[in-house]
Amino acid sequence: MSITAERAQKPPQKVRQIGARTRAQRKEAIALVVPALLPIIIFSVIPLVSGVAIGFTDATLKRNAEINFNGFENYIDLADNQRFWGSFGIGLIWSASVALLTLVCAMCLALLLNSDLRLKGVTRVLALIPWAMPPVVIAIVWRMIYNPNSGPLNGMLEWFGLPGVNWLGDFSTALPAVIVVGVWSGIPQTTVLLLAGMQAISAEQHEAAAVDGAGVFRRFWHVTLPALRPVIFAVTSLDFIWQFNSFGLIYVLTEGGPGGQTMIPPLFTYLEAFRNREIGAASAMGNVLVVAILIILSLYLINQFRQNKGARA
Amino acid sequence: MMTRRPWYATVLMYAGLAFFLAFLGFPLVWLVSASFKSSQELNSLAVNLIPAQWDFSNYAAALERQNLIPAAANSLLVSVATMIITVLLSMPMAYALARLQGKLRAAGTIWILTSQVFPSILIIIPLFLLLRTISLNDTLLGLILVYVTFTMPFTLWMLQGYVAAIPVELEEAAEMDGANRFTILRRVVLPLLAPGLVATAMFTFVSAWNEFFLALVLLQSPELYTLPIALRSFLGAEGQTQLGPLAAGAVLATIPSLIIFGILQKKLTGGMLAGAVKG
Repeated sequence: MSITAERAQKPPQKVRQIGARTRAQRKEAIALVVPALLPIIIFSVIPLVSGVAIGFTDATLKRNAEINFNGFENYIDLADNQRFWGSFGIGLIWSASVALLTLVCAMCLALLLNSDLRLKGVTRVLALIPWAMPPVVIAIVWRMIYNPNSGPLNGMLEWFGLPGVNWLGDFSTALPAVIVVGVWSGIPQTTVLLLAGMQAISAEQHEAAAVDGAGVFRRFWHVTLPALRPVIFAVTSLDFIWQFNSFGLIYVLTEGGPGGQTMIPPLFTYLEAFRNREIGAASAMGNVLVVAILIILSLYLINQFRQNKGARA
Repeated sequence: MMTRRPWYATVLMYAGLAFFLAFLGFPLVWLVSASFKSSQELNSLAVNLIPAQWDFSNYAAALERQNLIPAAANSLLVSVATMIITVLLSMPMAYALARLQGKLRAAGTIWILTSQVFPSILIIIPLFLLLRTISLNDTLLGLILVYVTFTMPFTLWMLQGYVAAIPVELEEAAEMDGANRFTILRRVVLPLLAPGLVATAMFTFVSAWNEFFLALVLLQSPELYTLPIALRSFLGAEGQTQLGPLAAGAVLATIPSLIIFGILQKKLTGGMLAGAVKG
């Protein structure tokens, strides 16, 4: 991951061992770790484990309802649940499009910000705006922009004499419309990380390539891109996973509509748990999502491992 | 070598820059402008960034009608409490993580990183049940405890980076002088860690201030709503939404995090990869 990569470039820090040497030091280590570990165990580890267990029960949100283990029943039902798998497919389209489009936009922006242009300072600060805005506010603003009766987008269409579009309400435009919002809000983070990666590339490399007669594009292709490969890979795969898990943006923009066109798995699971009040079935969905994410993550880790091995060889 | 760039490339690059400025900046500009527009202007298709008539009543209406003031107070309370508790609990463990060797450190790092990729939807169901069992559901205290837990991986990651940057030799010198671990922590590490603590605290504040999903699930009583939840309930049924006050409320909710991001923008580097704010 790029953080580790970045840290590895610094001269190795002398690490002092605490704990394990004497009993007193072990006590010290425990005293340091326990205050943070306690809430983590209670509010993170225990729920995670019991979430897996609830997926094998018929639990509902009704008070005093009996809870029975029902084996793999939830999973068998889920296998037949077309709407869930539909949301799974939409989730994949959503997260892959947002991750890739964000990468392309952020790469362009980072290259511009890394160049000798004027106005970079202003742009740099402005580029952070989507990052600072609360997700709910982002969703609200874009709902206003997409509004068919008063939004500036249709206002501009009218200006050119074109008919208006019901951006978030139309089957064909809803998913692309939310993807644009996802990209908009994802650009700052990716740009900052790519920029950090670019600044780590030495100027000599570029100059050497330039002396060899490489133009701007060839230098990008043969110097910048290979050097950024690890950053690009880490950022894009993490972004993919984050988008796959995202909730607030689409919930406020469309609530999964129209007709489930923007229904992504976390939203589907939320509605199953807190509207249909079927928490057993919803937990099973959550568990399926985790397995899917673990598969993606292991692909990422395998790749990372291979790269490390390649670098050492 | 940059001077060798042909003129059309420069034009193209400025065009690209202008595109990004417009694309990234437009929604905020539109929001601010909408917050000063009259409702007639807001309900027309006219595309003007500067209101035809400046209407300041939206802000008053937002604060009055939709109970945004209590919601902002809730958000402030939750964010400040989360910030303080998280930093207090994270600091010792971050120190341990930075100075530990071997397996424990590796285990801690792996946990921090994996916790960033787990869907909150999986954890929220059992968490909801757990909080209900201990009667902390639909309370701000419950929400704070959950926020503390959820922001901790990120704060631990950030803080351990700051600790690792402090030379061990300083601590060893203090140890030679006979200081014990906690004296060293308080007298040597803490002062050097202060800038890192401030940055971490600010990020924690923003994460809690902006958070939506957990608050949506855990809070049911309207009087406990945080600002994002109150704004969302503002939306109401399409057509009935008062766009002006809504925009004004959204501007007010954005100001604190915008200010903090402005202060911290120089520190936004790789450390943010662990990103605390999950959609």
